[in-house]
Amino acid sequence: MDSAYLLAAIVVVALVASPLPLLLQRYGRGYAALGSVSAMAICLALLVPLVAPVMHGETVLAHIAWLPDWGLTLSFRLDGLGLMFSLLILGIGMLVTLYAYYYLDGHDKLGRFYTLLLLFMAAMLGVVLSENLLLLVVFWELTSLASFLLISYKQESYESRLAGRIALAVTGGGGLALFAGVLLLGHIVGSCELSVVLAAGAQIRAHALYAPMLILVLIGVFTKSAQFPFHFWLPQAMAAPTPVSAYLHSATMVKAGVFLLARLHPVLAGSELWFWLVSGTGAVTLVYAAYLAFYRYDFKGLLAYSTISHLGLITLLFGLDTPLSVVAAVFHIINHAIFKASLFMAAGIVDHECGTRDMRRVNGLFKFMPITATLAIVAAGSMAGVPLLNGFLSKEMFFAETVGHPVFDEMSWLLPAFATLAGILAVAYSSRFIHDVFFNGDPVNLPRKPHEPPRWMRAPVEVLVALCLLVGIFPQWSIAPILHVAAGAVLQQELPPFHLAVWHGFNAPFMMSLVALAGGIALYAMRRPLYAFHDRLPSIHASIVFERVYEKMVAAARSLVAWLDNGSLQRYLALFIAFVLALGGWAWWSAPASALPVVTQPADASGIVALCMLAVAAISVVRLHRSRLVAIVMTSVIGLIVALTFVRFSAPDLALTQLAVEVVTIVLLLLALYYLPPTSPAEDGAPRIVRDALLAVAAGVGLGAASYAMLTAPFDTISGFYLAQSVPGGGGSNVVNVILVDFRGFDTLGEITVLAMVGLAAHALLDQLVLKAPAHDESGRRWSTERHPLFLEMLMRPLLPLALMVSVYIFLRGHNLPGGGFVAGLVTGVALILQYLASGIGFASARLPQRLPLFLAAGLTAAAGVGAASWLFGLPFLTTAHGHITLPLIGDIELASAMVFDLGVYLVVVSVVLMVLAELGKLSVHNEEKI
Amino acid sequence: MEALLAIAIGLLTACGVFLLLRARTFPLILGLTLLSYAVNLFLFASGRLRMNAPPLIRDGAAYTDPLPQALVLTAIVIGFGMTAYLVMLSLRALSESGDDHVDAKEKL
Repeated sequence: MDSAYLLAAIVVVALVASPLPLLLQRYGRGYAALGSVSAMAICLALLVPLVAPVMHGETVLAHIAWLPDWGLTLSFRLDGLGLMFSLLILGIGMLVTLYAYYYLDGHDKLGRFYTLLLLFMAAMLGVVLSENLLLLVVFWELTSLASFLLISYKQESYESRLAGRIALAVTGGGGLALFAGVLLLGHIVGSCELSVVLAAGAQIRAHALYAPMLILVLIGVFTKSAQFPFHFWLPQAMAAPTPVSAYLHSATMVKAGVFLLARLHPVLAGSELWFWLVSGTGAVTLVYAAYLAFYRYDFKGLLAYSTISHLGLITLLFGLDTPLSVVAAVFHIINHAIFKASLFMAAGIVDHECGTRDMRRVNGLFKFMPITATLAIVAAGSMAGVPLLNGFLSKEMFFAETVGHPVFDEMSWLLPAFATLAGILAVAYSSRFIHDVFFNGDPVNLPRKPHEPPRWMRAPVEVLVALCLLVGIFPQWSIAPILHVAAGAVLQQELPPFHLAVWHGFNAPFMMSLVALAGGIALYAMRRPLYAFHDRLPSIHASIVFERVYEKMVAAARSLVAWLDNGSLQRYLALFIAFVLALGGWAWWSAPASALPVVTQPADASGIVALCMLAVAAISVVRLHRSRLVAIVMTSVIGLIVALTFVRFSAPDLALTQLAVEVVTIVLLLLALYYLPPTSPAEDGAPRIVRDALLAVAAGVGLGAASYAMLTAPFDTISGFYLAQSVPGGGGSNVVNVILVDFRGFDTLGEITVLAMVGLAAHALLDQLVLKAPAHDESGRRWSTERHPLFLEMLMRPLLPLALMVSVYIFLRGHNLPGGGFVAGLVTGVALILQYLASGIGFASARLPQRLPLFLAAGLTAAAGVGAASWLFGLPFLTTAHGHITLPLIGDIELASAMVFDLGVYLVVVSVVLMVLAELGKLSVHNEEKI
Repeated sequence: MEALLAIAIGLLTACGVFLLLRARTFPLILGLTLLSYAVNLFLFASGRLRMNAPPLIRDGAAYTDPLPQALVLTAIVIGFGMTAYLVMLSLRALSESGDDHVDAKEKL
């Protein structure tokens, strides 16, 4: 239990401590470095108690639930592999911190640098300690982001920013592929916990999704570990300060990819696909990058390509997929981290002292800095695979595994020959680094005279080179224990017997090493004609290609957006409708065949007549929509037929509402028509008409067919409850009204709120609006100067009380018979609007309440308040109560608290109708005043 | 009868969509109105067609499905609200841009 907390604390401390250097920076550079080192030291201290159990072969697990529904837990795992990586990350991290303190100039913001370094380290620790694969992906992407910030640390330089962008695009994009792969893996296994996944190897390899999953995961791995053809980001990333290169390209960033190969090896490996993809990619990368490394003039670039080449070697070893090749891969991960970190640091010292990295100018430095030179030569010897150094041991193991690999039984010489070629190239570029930089004449035109670096700047290199020698000479005593647990954690099975020793006798691998050493030195000796040949080859600059592709993609995205988003609402709507049609069509065709249609109502004459009238009216609206008044009349015909349809099919409430709404809508449209241009210009060309007609017909056929399918499908309803409970539960026999004000009162509350917003919008949109009223109608006639026909005025005034009485009646009976708040509100609204029309706005406004929003608020408050009142009785929102009272003359009335709710609905509807129409009416008053 | 209603819904939809795609605000309002009719009828039809069976509780009566009716009733009122809003918006747009084209520009 305690160890689990310690484990989680390592990652948490690293993350939490990352801002520390930034905060300490103000007290001086030293404090920033101290903050960074102490954060790493604390992590290391937390790790110490866990070392003993892991070295005994235990796996420490920690589970903290995070988003359990998504399969995401904060779960961590420490086994041999995780321990090995954590030690590399923390150990080299501390050395890099010390080194960077001297490397970066006094005016560099060390706080920012160390904070980014800690953030990156925390992400790396997260990757190697995650038990949950989704969590691993999260940390993986965090390493991409942190490395982007580190690589582009010199923000003022274009080259740095571009390098950062390339690294982010490649590794971040690969991270997305990995994410998809992990999701597939989680789908196959049913869990993202590594313990479960690692136990499901056979199930994973047999699954149909194995191949796509493997390819996606490998894209993630290859981008991160800079494998061909994704390798180009790494040489670019040399634009970063050297401490960053020393950290990212030895122990961390690029090792995350091969770490994942190791982590998932037990479940992903063991198939033909794995063998060919992983070993093929590794082999190509190994030789191709080694070849390019040989031709660099920039020694840091040489190291960058050699890093790619060594990563290819590790990948190839995992791909060969024998137990011992996996051990060799893990061993080489450690060795490469150690010698490459020291080489980068030594290269940084040289760069720092000479001010250039060009090997045509940096020569003969052995005289100026003998100690640094010796250290660098030893590390480079390890890189080349010289005996007594650690690089030699893992390279021997690699050679041994290529001899007699089972897959190439016919061409068994091929793999060893290939490995020897890679060895020759490695020796050649290592020789070049040693000879060109430290010997080969005198320095050429250096900006300053080089000398040994400060004592403590060299110290990290000394530590690492000492490790190279220690591992190289006493492997069994120094490295074997950790290698055993790490390789055991990778293989998840008993390790094959192997013995780490410098001397195995005159066997094939040793001969291959000798050939490589001799061949490499010979190759370097005949370098001049080779360089001349290489310089004639066309060179491809990855950054230029990347920029070109990047710009093309941006341009393509821009033109796509410009095509989709051209500012035309008309076009958006057409695209939207086409999309909806496509979705609908897809759903229609992919739906299972339905049962035979059930027709319950035979067509009769009245139905056919109604449909014909509707057709004539609808087509007239379309044909005559430019003659606007006619179109409005035709629209009202359609509304009438719809209302009659409701009457016919047992929906009296709907018919009443439809009729009332029809009247209000027509008045509204007529008022608006006064201001809108009287006709629509015939502006649409034939292609657009045809396009729109096709869309319209498709939509019509689609919805018609869907309606027919629905109408004739077997019927099942959920309304039994409402019908049964309407009287006993809701206290009303008009089920529709009871549903509105009681069963689904919350819906209705939402709906009247929307209506209220329309009322407020009327005020917001139309208040103080000035529109020019036309002087003539479309036929050129002047508008009538007779403002309010006397006949209409006289008729309307006595009608008002009558209409109000009707609306009260409709309201009161609504709970039991057709009617209710909506209809009553509309009737009242119409009655009052008629007063406006008949007597003029001045007359009506003077006699009507001026502050309609108050009524609106009162209505909403009544509806919401009666709902909230039920809380006072400890009941849920909008619980209703009801009882009977007897009024004189009217008789028995069933009163329900729902009636107060309905009153709220009524008030809202009346106010909204009046607000909208009165605001429209007021426009004309403004106009008349103006004229 | 089912076929007749389905044809009516399809016809209203087609006319509504065609008008919605026109360039001027007024046909657009008409199109929306027609489309609202179609959608309301469609929702209503989900309760199937029954004659002489209003959902008013009486002894021994048959009832049609009341739930779609309740939904359509609010839909009709909301439809009015939407039409009203669109009318006001188009007037505002006319005042701002001096034109009743939906894109406020003639050609794009």
